[in-house]
Amino acid sequence: MIQATAVLTAPPDTRPRRSSKRRWIGFAAGLVALAVVVALSIAVGSRTIGLSTVWHVLWHEDGSPASVIVHQLRLPRTLLGVGVGAALGLAGTVMQALTRNPLAEPGLLGVSLGASTAVVLAIAFLGVSTATGYVWFAFAGAAITSAAVFILGGGGRHPTPERQVLAGVSFTSVLGAIVWAVLVLRREAFDRYRHWDVGSFSDRETATILQVMPFLAVGIVLASLLGRQLNALSMGDESATSLGARPVRIRVLGILAVTLLCGGATAASGPIFFLGLAVPYAARLIVGSDHRWILAYSVVLGPALLLAADVLGRVLVAPAELPVGVVTAFLGAPLFIALCRRRRLSVL
Amino acid sequence: MSTVTKRIVLRGAGFSLRLHPRAVVVGVVLVLAALGVALVNLTTGDFPVPVGDVLRSLAGRGDAGTDFIVYELRLPRVLVTLLVGAALGASGSVFQSLTRNPLGSPDFVGLTAGAATGALVVMLILGGGGLRVSAGAVLGCVITAVTIYLLAFRRGSQPFRLVLLGIGVSALLEAANSYLIYRSQLNEALAAQVWLIGSVNGRGWTEVVIVGVTLGVLLPLVVYYGRHLKMLALGDEMAVLHGVPVERSRAILALAAVGLAAGATATAGPIAFVALAAPPLAARLSRSPSTGILPAAAMGAALLTAGDWAAQHVLPGNDMPVGVITAALGGVYLTWLLFRERGGTR
Repeated sequence: MIQATAVLTAPPDTRPRRSSKRRWIGFAAGLVALAVVVALSIAVGSRTIGLSTVWHVLWHEDGSPASVIVHQLRLPRTLLGVGVGAALGLAGTVMQALTRNPLAEPGLLGVSLGASTAVVLAIAFLGVSTATGYVWFAFAGAAITSAAVFILGGGGRHPTPERQVLAGVSFTSVLGAIVWAVLVLRREAFDRYRHWDVGSFSDRETATILQVMPFLAVGIVLASLLGRQLNALSMGDESATSLGARPVRIRVLGILAVTLLCGGATAASGPIFFLGLAVPYAARLIVGSDHRWILAYSVVLGPALLLAADVLGRVLVAPAELPVGVVTAFLGAPLFIALCRRRRLSVL
Repeated sequence: MSTVTKRIVLRGAGFSLRLHPRAVVVGVVLVLAALGVALVNLTTGDFPVPVGDVLRSLAGRGDAGTDFIVYELRLPRVLVTLLVGAALGASGSVFQSLTRNPLGSPDFVGLTAGAATGALVVMLILGGGGLRVSAGAVLGCVITAVTIYLLAFRRGSQPFRLVLLGIGVSALLEAANSYLIYRSQLNEALAAQVWLIGSVNGRGWTEVVIVGVTLGVLLPLVVYYGRHLKMLALGDEMAVLHGVPVERSRAILALAAVGLAAGATATAGPIAFVALAAPPLAARLSRSPSTGILPAAAMGAALLTAGDWAAQHVLPGNDMPVGVITAALGGVYLTWLLFRERGGTR
């Protein structure tokens, strides 16, 4: 890998480079937005707690109800949102780069559902009942589906964005059928499933979050380091090879990262659609086509968007709450539709 | 591709009918197959009834016990299966021809998801069953159809774009569906989920009437205007040159196909993939490049009855929804379609 990165110094984009000043300003703005949203996520909830109280109990855990809410509900939830948001944003970016498809996204391509199918099967037939157990099955499911979708949709002579989405849909269908069959047979599994399937951060146990976090962290680090390689890949396999990159190895590393990110995120929060679509899209609008920057932005924008959606879900129908997966779908689907309606679906 | 196929031409006063012998044979065989499987479904169940008794009962000369089992328990379900399959097959055939796209079936362009949302709103929020759920489904389906039409056709449609838009709209509606399920009580949620998968369990004569009337009214209409489909496939200008009323034919065909899909979904829930797979399978069997509406309808009926048989007998559990079978088979079919296309045969 070191050899590959050392050789790849040429900037991949032929367009005039965006000024790095603009990128830095945008990045700083993203960080500020993320900080604001994190603060909101800790401060806002179905139970109103004064800002000064929140601030106080944040630093002084005194066992009061407010302190319990902040420390045991809102902080873990915010942490989960940051982790899952970064994971899905990065997973979307890496998938879009690997498939050169602006519509690639863990949810749409069926990778999230692959993870969830494996989890459902593990619960129902293998009697797995601990979160640590789920995670491995989620990884296996995500790995198998992402490899299959890439092979089916991208490996052919004319890989097109549409075909990959369709490959994802066909997998989703088969996997969905398996899940349904299991759920109809095992009613008790259904109740857990429907709360998880909707994509939500509420009622996740802190233990689960802590168990998933290391996997997410490894995935995030791995994906963040792939920028140069993805830049090389975006020039096409031949050019990349001639520059000393190894396309096969890049793909394997990329799929590994996607697997870790999607598997972990899905195990923790259920399938969340469209975040992986929106984040790279927004990032590309600001920074152009350099993947090092897109990845950096994804790490910031993913959590910011996801937490914003989560806070919105808590506020909109208070005192009840909208699951974050529903909010992201309602915000993200219009973007997807708008992308599809553009005159030409450019291949990345 | 193939050489000139044989055709039978019937002409009379004021009409002329061209038939492909192979398509006719395939259609008849498919109808017979569907009826055969339907008969098997009538004889099997918790309480097996010999074929002879079933036939005698159907002819009106059975004993009271058999009559009860056949007429009250099994016949409605079997009829619903046949009719829903036929409606889905016909609807899929029209949609695929209109969009000139093998993926342009109602389940792909989001119509069935819209129907499901409409039905769930009635089931879980407004409260009510039977006819009101069906009405909700039809309404949801029509609203979705209009929305997608407005989104897709404003700047001239491209085949794949319609499918992608449908996927986007479906994702949106499915999120709404899973939220509706999420916020309701467990038992209601379970019933709704089974409905969402698509099931013919426990359907009665009301449902038979709904889908029967839909099919009885719309199928002749679709077949009548369907003769223009081949011309429409050549492009609007060519069709106008050949004297086809383009706008009217297309509007009527689209509306009727939406109606067929809505009627089927209102009766049995959003059963996946029958509308997608039936027309090309029928076309493949009859070795014709385009899909006849009637063979597609027969294929749909045969597929769905066979699926229902499998749902009752192959899978464990007594009340497995038939949608599980069709979704699994349909996904495999679609995967195969993508693989074949990948090989570059097109």
